[in-house]
Amino acid sequence: MPDSSVNIVIGGEAGQGLVTVGDFLAKALVRAGYEIVVTQDYQSRIRGGHNTYAIRASHEAVFGPRETIDLLVALNAQTVSLHKDKLTARAMVLADEAIDLAGLSGLSIPFKTLCPKPIFENMAALGVLAQLLCIEPAWLEGLITETFHKKGDQVVAENLKVFADSLAWAHARNAGFSCIAPAERTEKRYFMNGNEAIALGALAAGANFCSYYPMTPSTSVAATLIDKGGQMGMLVEQAEDEIAAINMALGASYAGARVVVPTSGGGFALMVEGVSLAGMTETPVVIVLAQRPGPATGLPTRTEQGDLSMVLYAGHGDFPRAVYAPGTPEQCFDVTYRAMDQAEKWQSPVFVLTDQYLADSFRAVTPFDLSRLPRVSSPELGTDAPDRYERYADTPSGVSPRLIPGFGEHLVVLDSDEHTADGHITEDLGVRIRMVDKRMRKAAGLLADCLAPEVTGSAAPDTLLVCWGSTYGPALEAARNLREQGVDAAVMHFLQVYPLSPEHFLPTLEAARRVVMVEGNYSGQLALLIKQETGFAFKEVITRYDGLPLTAAYILERL
Amino acid sequence: MIPTQQYGEFETAWCPGCGNFSINKAVKKALSMLDLAPHRVLICSGIGQAAKSPHYLRCNCFNGLHGRSLPPAQGAALANTELTVFAESGDGCSYGEGGNHFLAAMRRNVTMTYLVHDNQIYGLTKGQASPTTAQGQTTKFQPGGVASMPFNPVAVAVTMDVPFVARAYAAEADHLADLIVQAARHPGFALVDILQPCVSFNKVNTYAWYKQRCYKLGPEYDPTDWASAMRKAQEFGDQIPIGVIYKGSRPPFEGRIDARVRRPLATSKPDLGKLAEILETYA
Ligand SMILES: Cc1ncc(C[n+]2csc(CCOP(=O)(O)OP(=O)(O)O)c2C)c(N)n1
Ligand code: SF4
Repeated sequence: MPDSSVNIVIGGEAGQGLVTVGDFLAKALVRAGYEIVVTQDYQSRIRGGHNTYAIRASHEAVFGPRETIDLLVALNAQTVSLHKDKLTARAMVLADEAIDLAGLSGLSIPFKTLCPKPIFENMAALGVLAQLLCIEPAWLEGLITETFHKKGDQVVAENLKVFADSLAWAHARNAGFSCIAPAERTEKRYFMNGNEAIALGALAAGANFCSYYPMTPSTSVAATLIDKGGQMGMLVEQAEDEIAAINMALGASYAGARVVVPTSGGGFALMVEGVSLAGMTETPVVIVLAQRPGPATGLPTRTEQGDLSMVLYAGHGDFPRAVYAPGTPEQCFDVTYRAMDQAEKWQSPVFVLTDQYLADSFRAVTPFDLSRLPRVSSPELGTDAPDRYERYADTPSGVSPRLIPGFGEHLVVLDSDEHTADGHITEDLGVRIRMVDKRMRKAAGLLADCLAPEVTGSAAPDTLLVCWGSTYGPALEAARNLREQGVDAAVMHFLQVYPLSPEHFLPTLEAARRVVMVEGNYSGQLALLIKQETGFAFKEVITRYDGLPLTAAYILERL
Repeated sequence: MIPTQQYGEFETAWCPGCGNFSINKAVKKALSMLDLAPHRVLICSGIGQAAKSPHYLRCNCFNGLHGRSLPPAQGAALANTELTVFAESGDGCSYGEGGNHFLAAMRRNVTMTYLVHDNQIYGLTKGQASPTTAQGQTTKFQPGGVASMPFNPVAVAVTMDVPFVARAYAAEADHLADLIVQAARHPGFALVDILQPCVSFNKVNTYAWYKQRCYKLGPEYDPTDWASAMRKAQEFGDQIPIGVIYKGSRPPFEGRIDARVRRPLATSKPDLGKLAEILETYA
């Protein structure tokens, strides 16, 4: 009987090509109509070590990663020993003949016979997987053809042959893995990870300048902006350090560019002075912070949600800001688009918090409807109207008219010191008070624009799991499992974590019988923030800070 | 030519007699000679006495953070081709806190002009040694004398084949104005290191001290010859050459910008049709 879902883990050394196998298979599954969640675990090294690429696939919705394994593709012997305890009852291990399966049920694949050269082992593994999972081979054949097409017909033919031979080999072995239930979806979906969706959301909103300094796991945002943004006329510059990256972006933003700055916690630490410069000068900037475990250099390639507190307070002095925390690639796209708009509209720094898990997690993504995107706020280029122009003119909303220098006769004067309405340095303490008040008035606008958390499930549940960012999926799955056990469980997901409007969520928190915060950090940073903002104290907080993403099983064990 | 009065007259926070006054005068004169209306000029600065300069003339002004005059200047120059961009700051800001940005800007070579008020001291924070203070020179904060050797920005710029490198002396305002004009017209990154007396804190490098030493490079000097430029860049003692030390021909950064980038960026709107095509590659 086919199973409704399967968790496939491909393990091996860095450089062995496990990502190639994983990407091919995951993308074929999406094309074939399956739902997937990809989790990548890797070490901070380019070759060697031990990495995994996990694909959880199902014909129905899947929300997060799973720890137990149904199909383990072992590219080396270490994979077998490291993961044998997580194998399910129906699990099979696929490995080269030379690897000892240690009595586990599985298939010893004669890679040497199936492949003319070791480079084709990826294709051989795919052939065997396609047969075991009962995916229509055409999905993989199509992908193989597309991928190798540029290298010429012969390369395509060689790869297709190894794929077909391996499929036939597995078929003849009649290995008997229970297939996954056939997918029912036929509409087109994207195969995309969170960071790609963030970059595309920024491009949709008209981002046309990016300065960055590479740091895992934000690098793929920059990579996508270089690759796709380049085609859309975006200018991307690798700065000498993070300090330069944000200051360069602020200069560009001042001069009329729409800017996005990707970084990670350690890099963001260096950008903090630039954040307060953005606050003081009211220069729009969107900072995408891909979190990884800290402090300092932490665990470079692992995941955590540990940078919320820093982002909330980064920068000296008082100034308004907004912080978003998407949980799915769709939310990554939407929220980054919105962040670009909010930064322009309120002339403030705006943050998008993602993390390594979401950054590297591919999903089947519902195509974005570009025709329905609202217009993004933008500055005036120039005006000939008022004879006097004041960049920091006092207004009821706190937002002053922003002109772009060079497009008209008016001068645009900006200062990191406290300044007068026309932008010049001042030590007039009365002006100082008026300027602080003006800047802080924008906080009310950012608050009025803030997104309410999404509640999935009943409004007054027995158990309410509260989460933010990428913990969304695991929390949804945990709640679904609880409901299957007869517990009325719901999830509250904050996709905007600052500012917070208590009326959006406090009634639900108070109505639930049991409220549990679930966060990927040690201290429960959102729980602390909500307590500070509303006085609501979370009695239970489930935290995870071992570098791995939260899972439903992890949450359920601790409930 | 735009009359220099167009650039305004301002009350300053500088000490009477400070070298910054004549630099300010020279900058105005240069802008006038360049025929640049105030709204076409952007001056980015950092923090310090010198960094207040753009507030003391009418122009667009991005007065950012200490050590950070160059990153916003390059960002703005790349984003907005409608502007003629300068960065102007002190030696502490430019070569100390902003040292890495100086190195990167020389490598990057974006067209802009860097005016450094080099008073060999920290003015605004009351007299600490700067990266260009002479070794052994005493200050209130370095009573035993500065231990480190001074940074030589001109020699470093020549080493890096910066397209335009000049050394100027603040009190020679007309000469300085002429150098700024040449710098602004030269494609690529241009450095004008301006020797500036600080009457309050630098008791060594005074007007008299400079007057005795500074001499103008004559027409016989060929600034396109890298080796002699290197020798002139090292000359700093009893004799200090002022003028264009080096002129190179390294192509500016802008030439390497992808033709698909539509500048000024403020006029570039997202092409959602193109984005739709890109999204198809994820299907
Ligand atoms: C990040 C930071 N560090 C330190 C300071 C304090 N500070 C202000 S100006 C200055 C030195 C300025 O020296 P210089 O660049 O030589 O300019 P001058 O005042 O001599 O014109 C310092 C250290 C600051 N404002 N910001
Ligand atoms: S402290 Fe020195 S540099 Fe600063 S204004 Fe006074 S004289 Fe000029």
